[in-house]
Amino acid sequence: MSRLIRMDRTGHSTLAEWTAGDEAGYEAAAVAFREELDRGYIGVLDEGEGRATHVRELPHEGLVILRAPIAGG
Amino acid sequence: MASPVAAARDGRDELTLPELAAVPWRRREDAGALVRRRRMWTGWTLAHSAPFIGAAGLLTALEPMSFPVGLAALAHAWAIPELYAARGVNVVRPKGPVSERAEQVAQGLLGDLLGHEPRELQRSTGLALERGALGTWLVAEAGALLVAPGGRTVHCYCVRATDRTLPPSDRIAHLLLGLRADEQGFATVANHAFAGAPWRVRRRLPAYMRPALAVAVDAARRQD
Repeated sequence: MSRLIRMDRTGHSTLAEWTAGDEAGYEAAAVAFREELDRGYIGVLDEGEGRATHVRELPHEGLVILRAPIAGG
Repeated sequence: MASPVAAARDGRDELTLPELAAVPWRRREDAGALVRRRRMWTGWTLAHSAPFIGAAGLLTALEPMSFPVGLAALAHAWAIPELYAARGVNVVRPKGPVSERAEQVAQGLLGDLLGHEPRELQRSTGLALERGALGTWLVAEAGALLVAPGGRTVHCYCVRATDRTLPPSDRIAHLLLGLRADEQGFATVANHAFAGAPWRVRRRLPAYMRPALAVAVDAARRQD
């Protein structure tokens, strides 16, 4: 099960879930992903074992986390 | 089925932090930059302390009865570096109010991102330990400590998520994900606040955070 979540004031919100081969589910998730990018969120693919990658397109599988930008305080 | 990494390849951002676009004038932080920063802070500390120590010695030598003034000068020599260290350590102090419910949800996600030992350490100290190429990081809500390889220098960085409504664990997760995606970019975007010996940082840390620094220093020593 792949998931698209957004970190927000509630802790996090699950925006979409889809499974391998579920193209309709993936497309809906991709639309939600692009909408969040347009709002300024940054997509990060959690690759486990201390690794993560920024993504501009929704991967077909994996845990994708939307985060706000960071800046020097 | 393609791996997540392969599936993401077309859309990946070449391992650079998108936020770097906001600070185009900064040079990318690397191991050499960290060494220069350490030297600069050592020189800065000496430049502030040495004149007071010299003045205290000179005054006392010229007129022993002026020793109270000499003591005051020594106090300045001691206090100025301490103030810099305190400013550095402030980056990892907890910030703002906490919504317990949101924090519980956020803590679950952060726990999933961390391995077993870092998860336990984060829950007890509030600092998430992350091993990187530049050293061993301790990530807090609005800043991070980097213990350089060898464990002799701690760099303090001020950096935070721009969304101030996030619960504390989400703020940590934001920084952790940025750090994992592009460690040098993360250090470049962050504002460097202080560099000094671990003992100087430790004495200014809240007591419950000190075990995390000890673990990070130990890990950094093994990195040397």
